Amino acid sequence: MSVGSWLLWGFVATVVLTTLMAGSQGANLTRMNIPYMLGAMFTRRSTRAKVSGFFLHVMNGWIFALLYVAAFHAWGAATWWRGATIGFVHAAFVLAVGMPLLPYMHPRMAREDEGPDAEPRLEPPGFLALHYGVQTPVSVLIAHVVYGAVLGGFYHVAG
Amino acid sequence: MRIDDYAVIGDCRSAALVSRAGSIDWLAWPRFDSDPIFAAILDEARGGSFSIRPTGSFASTRTYLDGTNVLETRFVAGDGTLVVTDSMIVSDEAEHRRALVPEHELLRVVECVAGRVEVEIVFDPRPGFRPPRISIGRDSVRSTDGATMALLRGVTGMQPAAGGGVRGILRMTNGGRLVLSLVHAARDPAVLTPLGDAATARMESTTRWWRRWSSLARHDGPYRAHVVRSALALKLLCYGPSGAVVAAPTTSLPEEPGGSLNWDYRYCWLRDAALTAHVLYGLGYDAEGDAFVDWLTHATRLTRPELRVLYDVFGRKPSRETERWSLAGHAGSRPVRIGNAAADQFQIDVYGEVIDAVAQRCRRGMRPDPETTTMLRQFAEFVCENWRRPDHGIWESRGGPRHYVYSSVMCWVALERLLELAARGDIALTPAIRELVERNRDELSAAVRTRGWSEQHQSYVEVLDGDTVDASLLLLSWYGFERADSPRMRGTLEHVDRVLGAGNGLLRRNLAADEGAFGICSFWGVEQLARGGGSLPEAEARFSALLRHGNDVGLFAEETDPATGAAVGNFPQAFTHVGLVNAAIAIERRRHDARGSSR
Repeated sequence: MSVGSWLLWGFVATVVLTTLMAGSQGANLTRMNIPYMLGAMFTRRSTRAKVSGFFLHVMNGWIFALLYVAAFHAWGAATWWRGATIGFVHAAFVLAVGMPLLPYMHPRMAREDEGPDAEPRLEPPGFLALHYGVQTPVSVLIAHVVYGAVLGGFYHVAG
Repeated sequence: MRIDDYAVIGDCRSAALVSRAGSIDWLAWPRFDSDPIFAAILDEARGGSFSIRPTGSFASTRTYLDGTNVLETRFVAGDGTLVVTDSMIVSDEAEHRRALVPEHELLRVVECVAGRVEVEIVFDPRPGFRPPRISIGRDSVRSTDGATMALLRGVTGMQPAAGGGVRGILRMTNGGRLVLSLVHAARDPAVLTPLGDAATARMESTTRWWRRWSSLARHDGPYRAHVVRSALALKLLCYGPSGAVVAAPTTSLPEEPGGSLNWDYRYCWLRDAALTAHVLYGLGYDAEGDAFVDWLTHATRLTRPELRVLYDVFGRKPSRETERWSLAGHAGSRPVRIGNAAADQFQIDVYGEVIDAVAQRCRRGMRPDPETTTMLRQFAEFVCENWRRPDHGIWESRGGPRHYVYSSVMCWVALERLLELAARGDIALTPAIRELVERNRDELSAAVRTRGWSEQHQSYVEVLDGDTVDASLLLLSWYGFERADSPRMRGTLEHVDRVLGAGNGLLRRNLAADEGAFGICSFWGVEQLARGGGSLPEAEARFSALLRHGNDVGLFAEETDPATGAAVGNFPQAFTHVGLVNAAIAIERRRHDARGSSR
């Protein structure tokens, strides 16, 4: 495995994904803000959640890139379309399974069945994260497909 | 509803108008100049509103909680009394460091304080005048438009309403209490704040925040309550993230009911700069004054040496003016306009106003950075090269450009202040530039004193070599062009009163348009008297008469209809409140001087 290639292209792919998601927010397509949601898992402070969440998000990008790289090595080659395919499966899983489960794992996210609480909570994403806007699944799918395509297109499988 | 039937609440980023009948008929989220989600004030059928009121007949009174922008409306109905307390939650930076905070939250606390009352709640959001997707939950109503969401929580039993939105009826008895929270999310996942006691605590925290802020107002005397109310209204119109001050939170409230003088005022006019800075500094709100002047220098840097007349809250060009003829308009006044075409006019007076605002900050100890000094020099050179060009003037005439006396005086102010800054060592001028500035300043002064003066009327006049007057001439003493007690300014005030006076101290801005009396022009009259153009009792009598034109909660629109006393134009209007405070400051200074000289 090429560690340098993984770190470099994992970072680049994460930056591209983050930019696409932020662009979707700016275009009023979605309110999905992965760094904010991640950061709020660890702090109840609004401003700190957004900043620390960004760094956590980059770390996550590298960790997920490792899984993609493992798949490329198992295939014996990395191509953009292989990366895009993994990205599609990844996004579909996150949207269909991860998002509905998130309120049960996130300490500061509201659940449909929770009792009264005195702490502000994040709105739950719902199935396919549709609560954050009906275009959210499309935005997330595109961002992850591009993330995978960047990794697959540029990661170098040694030897 | 009349315009003065409304009161304003806000969070220093956006504002809502609440009617005497408990209906929020205007609310633009997330920013002052965003598309409104409630705009029934402009179109009852298509605008949308959020109302809470007794079902039968009732009489209502309202007041702001003392020293705050928290509004309390009391409904006395047949069998009981209902109190609705409205506020947008203000979250300072400390709160952001403590907890997750919604982008915007509006709380409405409903309490039955006597007997029993049947209450109707109608929630009918229309983001951008469009019906949104509405979904009704167990104790919530969600409105989505694209990814943007407005979520109302704390109500049960809401049903789709015939005209749009949702409606619910509930019966409350003495001691009954309900807290409704409306949060808005345009960018991130919404933050769902707790209801019940925690919501009450947020309301109390907001009340404390406003009281702490308003207690800092440095003004004593009999008019303190009016001054504090104006300061609170101005603070609502300060856009917190940038320091900009919008002219008003509304668009298209008509200057003439049923007419077409309907403009979008949700932007920042450079013209208001010097007077607004004077108010903020004068009341001891140095942080707000500094933020405003910083915004001013930042915004103008982007287009220098040319200045736009108005900018949005981030210093950008406002959106292109569009006319929405499909909307009914307030009292049938069409078109409703979004954006403002005055942004493209040439109004040279803004150079004087900007340099004067910067000079005010420098007098308080700011040393302009090199970028700012370069900008000021460029402005001065621009003025020297262009003051002979006609412009559209302070009243933004949509006819052809003319040589307005006020514009010439403001060019004089620009050059005079630059020389003041140079004399104090705040800015360096080469001998050549100094000579250029001094020569043009003197030429401007001579032009105004000769061609801008009418021997026949014993008054300054509206345009060079002209015969008419306008109320902006009363500012000549404010900017130091003439002493307020000079025969020329006394003569000008007399003539302006005679020609533009509309009774009870009200003044029209000029004779050009069939419109109401301008709030700020009327207060300029008071200020001219208080600064030496008349006696203190004269100033106080006129001021007291003008204060009666505010509505029951002390708010002023842009204009007053002299015939009916009704407020007309956008509401509440920063410029009118700026005029009120400046007049009160002038009166208090005169009173202080009088006390000093009698000792």
